[in-house]
Amino acid sequence: MEITVKVNGADRTADVEPRMLLAHLIREEFALTGTHIGCDTTSCGACTVLLDGRPVKSCTVFGVQADGREVTTVEGLLQGGQLHPIQAAFKEEHGLQCGFCTPGMMLTGSALLEENPNPTDDEVRWAISGQICRCTGYMNIVKAIQAAGKAMSETSEDAAASVAS
Amino acid sequence: MLPSRFEYHRPESLEEAFQLLSQYGDDAKVLAGGQSLIPVMKLRLATPGHIVDISRLTLDQIAESGDTLTVGALARHRDVERSDVIKSGYPLMATAAPLISDPVVRNLGTIGGSLCHADPAGDWGSVMLALGASVVIGSSRGERELPITEFLVDTFTTALEPDEILTQIKVPKASGSFGGTYLKLERKVGDFATVAVATHLSLSSGTIGRAGISLTAVGSKNIQATDAEASLAGAEPTDDAFAEAGRLAAEASSPVTDVRGSEAYKRHVVGVYVQRGLARALELARAA
Repeated sequence: MEITVKVNGADRTADVEPRMLLAHLIREEFALTGTHIGCDTTSCGACTVLLDGRPVKSCTVFGVQADGREVTTVEGLLQGGQLHPIQAAFKEEHGLQCGFCTPGMMLTGSALLEENPNPTDDEVRWAISGQICRCTGYMNIVKAIQAAGKAMSETSEDAAASVAS
Repeated sequence: MLPSRFEYHRPESLEEAFQLLSQYGDDAKVLAGGQSLIPVMKLRLATPGHIVDISRLTLDQIAESGDTLTVGALARHRDVERSDVIKSGYPLMATAAPLISDPVVRNLGTIGGSLCHADPAGDWGSVMLALGASVVIGSSRGERELPITEFLVDTFTTALEPDEILTQIKVPKASGSFGGTYLKLERKVGDFATVAVATHLSLSSGTIGRAGISLTAVGSKNIQATDAEASLAGAEPTDDAFAEAGRLAAEASSPVTDVRGSEAYKRHVVGVYVQRGLARALELARAA
């Protein structure tokens, strides 16, 4: 079946079997290997991507379901060669150890910050509760997401200030 | 893990979906959020030849009209969790929604899909039993409405015929003083319940009008604890009455020993959760 998916802002087409999972479509057809496959049973959240802006576990979605929709993977976080604030914050706050859960954590974190730019510890932990960090590095993941929220708020305040002046 | 091969259909309307189901019958499965269906297909527990993807149909409205709340079958758990009308008037649903699976799964999973999957560890079945809900079912042959008690038949088995689709859930609006809550014991977020209990209580001049008590993951389907409910009807809402209801509900449960706990432990939790749930429901009813 021929499908067209807007992946990280660009239309991509593929001819796939309907049973191909979104995770495999992204990795094998679109060659974007930043999306990791962990448990393959909807438990770990390593394969989380954004589908029309919302985090979903791409091992539990058929690729054909993304036809005509927008998918954002970790590769799509980079903005004009610059790290997205959440990527910068994960780097700064040591929000990763082995890095396997990191793409999913950053995408869920970025979706949370879109809705809630200044989340509490509990709100961050709640948002990422469907995702597992097997290094158990949760403390710094939470800190990184909060730091990114702060950085994004400051940037938008700076932008507002420069427009005002 | 890859499901077996199937043909994919994405109907543009409910009528077209009914038509496809009439055509393919037992060999077709309806795909809503996919959060139960896709896992069972990956495990090859289900190997449908045809998938009818209804997820883009507009069947997700949540609206109150008169004394009924109507929830479209495609309302996502996330939508229920965030609905103001549910937050303000349906405390049992409002407390259950955020306990279903995990936040990422709730972005896709639907209330109708969950009910049709009829997993005895599913949460919505118990919630709907406790609320006395009914379901609207459509097909190219017409529409019918069934009480949830008749819809949930057995493990993974509902009253749906192969050509039918669950389209709406109808929940009676409680009036006067009422409260309800969902208590769920789980090993971690996203795991199936070890035990969960849905309670709903309405008061009528100080005594109990109607009590709804249903149990999750302690039998071959969601269990309505009818003896426990009957023991409370017309009774004073006392600790003793709640303890007796807990005892009756534990008796009505038939849990099995597994990795999540022993049969005796789960039965004990049923009794404790029924008491706690009723106490919380009473607190909400009195505050209302």
